[in-house]
Amino acid sequence: MMKNGGAAIRVEGLRVVRGSRLVLDDVSLTVRRGSVTGLLGPSGSGKTTLMRAIVGVQIIAGGTVEVLGLPAGSSALRERVGYVTQAPSVYADLTVRENLTYFAAVLRAPRSDAARVIQDVALDDHADQLVGRLSGGQLARVSLAAALLGKPELLVLDEPTVGLDPVLRRDLWTMFHRLASEGVTLLVSSHVMDEARRCERLLLVREGRIMADDTPQNLLARTGSDDIETAFLRLIEEQGVPA
Amino acid sequence: MNLGATLATARRVLTQLRHDRRTLALMIFVPIVLEGLLAWIYEGTPVFDRVGAALLGIFPFIVMFLVTSVATLRERTSGTLERLLTMPIAKLDLILGYALAFGLVAVVQSLVVAGCALWLFGLDVAGPAWLLIVVALLDALLGTALGLLLSAFAATEFQAVQFLPAVILPQFLLCGLLVPRDQLPGVLSAISDVLPLSHAVDAMSAVARSSEVTGEIESDLAVVAGFVLAAIALGAATLRRRTP
Repeated sequence: MMKNGGAAIRVEGLRVVRGSRLVLDDVSLTVRRGSVTGLLGPSGSGKTTLMRAIVGVQIIAGGTVEVLGLPAGSSALRERVGYVTQAPSVYADLTVRENLTYFAAVLRAPRSDAARVIQDVALDDHADQLVGRLSGGQLARVSLAAALLGKPELLVLDEPTVGLDPVLRRDLWTMFHRLASEGVTLLVSSHVMDEARRCERLLLVREGRIMADDTPQNLLARTGSDDIETAFLRLIEEQGVPA
Repeated sequence: MNLGATLATARRVLTQLRHDRRTLALMIFVPIVLEGLLAWIYEGTPVFDRVGAALLGIFPFIVMFLVTSVATLRERTSGTLERLLTMPIAKLDLILGYALAFGLVAVVQSLVVAGCALWLFGLDVAGPAWLLIVVALLDALLGTALGLLLSAFAATEFQAVQFLPAVILPQFLLCGLLVPRDQLPGVLSAISDVLPLSHAVDAMSAVARSSEVTGEIESDLAVVAGFVLAAIALGAATLRRRTP
């Protein structure tokens, strides 16, 4: 299997309808293997829905989603794709270690993996605390740690750094890049625009459409802006999308 | 199928219970107190021998129904179910893990409650004690399977708890404990024939009456087992990997 190069995610004409609302409208994109791609956009823009479609838990109305060369949601992908939802999805009535030991067993990862990922998210001091007694940021890290178990080739992370202090955020981003250099592909959503510069490529989403798919440098240069927030605004004005 | 995932799930569910000592204590001691209360109420009459035995089957059924429906609902609302369904675990592994964990708790509960009933409260049972435990275990699995299935139809824990009066109480009224089933009005008697708890209670009462394993007990147990399997299959069908 190719470790670098080639597409980790290939989305073609994706349409998602929820109720009577068109949440994603003709979305196409490609994410290179071993890259860190940022998915940016205001809340309600369709970021989470796009991520769910890529993980294969979203019922889609049209288009194709291919992950690591297979249709999204294939059973063969379940050990190869790690997904962190926006709301931490771990057991509040178990300790950090018990949570991760359980998920490791389900993923058929070695038992020692729990200790490794606890270290990765800097929760060693809280490993034997009940998850329900942790702070919001610590809770989010437990949820993130569960996605790092085993050997995921693609990590889909929905706002993994919300509520974290700057030092920890920096450390996590360093880890994301380390993973990418080892060949892991990361798709990270955020509404914090300053995190965008840490990505190799950015996807700007607004109202169910991809507004831009470019490197941060190109986006800034193209729009003549100093920061991603301004670049985003200029793009909106340029494309004449009603605010 | 993946035995490792089933066992890991059972261990996880038991660990969750271990952290919640109060629930565990309530699951074991409330049936003992109720059974004792019943023995006291019917002191000096033969009623306790009939009703007391039937209740040994009803307690594990109700307790496991409640615990399972709330536990599975939590799993659905907290996002952990969605996470698990993106992982390499079969839906059946997950359900069997739950059944295994609550089945174990039911065995402990039945041993303690039946032990108290037989040796402390003087319950008189003709059949062998091990058969009481087998019937109680099957009743517990019935509660677990129905709880798992019905949790799919509840959006909140309030709703889940309301399924007790909605689904369990009618079965309790018609199971033959208040009025023997053959003396019920025709329509009600027919309805009670197709309710799982009727057969669970019939089996328990039969164990209390006869000293041997009769064909009647076997067929009642087979009906209960059939309901368990059907509820598990339907429950598995309500777990969806893809959602709107």
